[in-house]
Amino acid sequence: MRIHLTGVFVDDQRKALRFYTETLGFQVKHDIPLGEHAWITVVSPEAPDGTELLLEPAAHPAVGPYRAALVEDGIPGASFAVDDVEAEYERLVARGVRFVQPPTDLGTVVTAVFDDTCGNLVQIQEEKAQP
Amino acid sequence: MDIYRAIADPTRRAILDELVDRSGQSLFELCGRLTMKHGINSSRQAISQHLGVLEAVGLIRTRREGRSKLHWFEGAPLKAIRERWPVSPDGDTSHSTDEGIEE
Repeated sequence: MRIHLTGVFVDDQRKALRFYTETLGFQVKHDIPLGEHAWITVVSPEAPDGTELLLEPAAHPAVGPYRAALVEDGIPGASFAVDDVEAEYERLVARGVRFVQPPTDLGTVVTAVFDDTCGNLVQIQEEKAQP
Repeated sequence: MDIYRAIADPTRRAILDELVDRSGQSLFELCGRLTMKHGINSSRQAISQHLGVLEAVGLIRTRREGRSKLHWFEGAPLKAIRERWPVSPDGDTSHSTDEGIEE
């Protein structure tokens, strides 16, 4: 068994697609119209056949309070692996991304958290080489 | 609860240490730091309760930024301790009043 798909609820699917591709650098895997919404997934260019991230519409009434409670406590809706958190932080800040937590060294990992502009906090994480 | 009870707990002291290290943290960030840097594996709910105690005695304050609730260290209540048991500038506390005020 493998993890094939995970998702985040997004306020606006088209806006989210732009943010996750143009700003973060993922690429579109599927974009299939489904009535007023669409089945949109993105993948990392480093792993085009890897886990897909579904940009799921936030229309379900449970999503609002669920996400509000997570964001209030600063809990990310997704976490992505990067080689160098500091470098990603600089790159994304230059593109106007708002970080709620700057790169923080936690011993075995470095993490940072930003706002995806679509209703979620997203963590980036770098595993540090073990001495 | 008073300030002495509030800072008697090692987890609450670690929370204050981390907020001094960086102001304006969410519950999520604080929990990550407590786990990874202090080996404190309490639940988020337990940490949230500790934050409530610290806020009640005025040692932290919270503010909403965007849709997140962030926490700051507030040192003012500690002044009461320093005023109650004064520490002279040279560290000699044996006669800190009446005599020996250096010019």
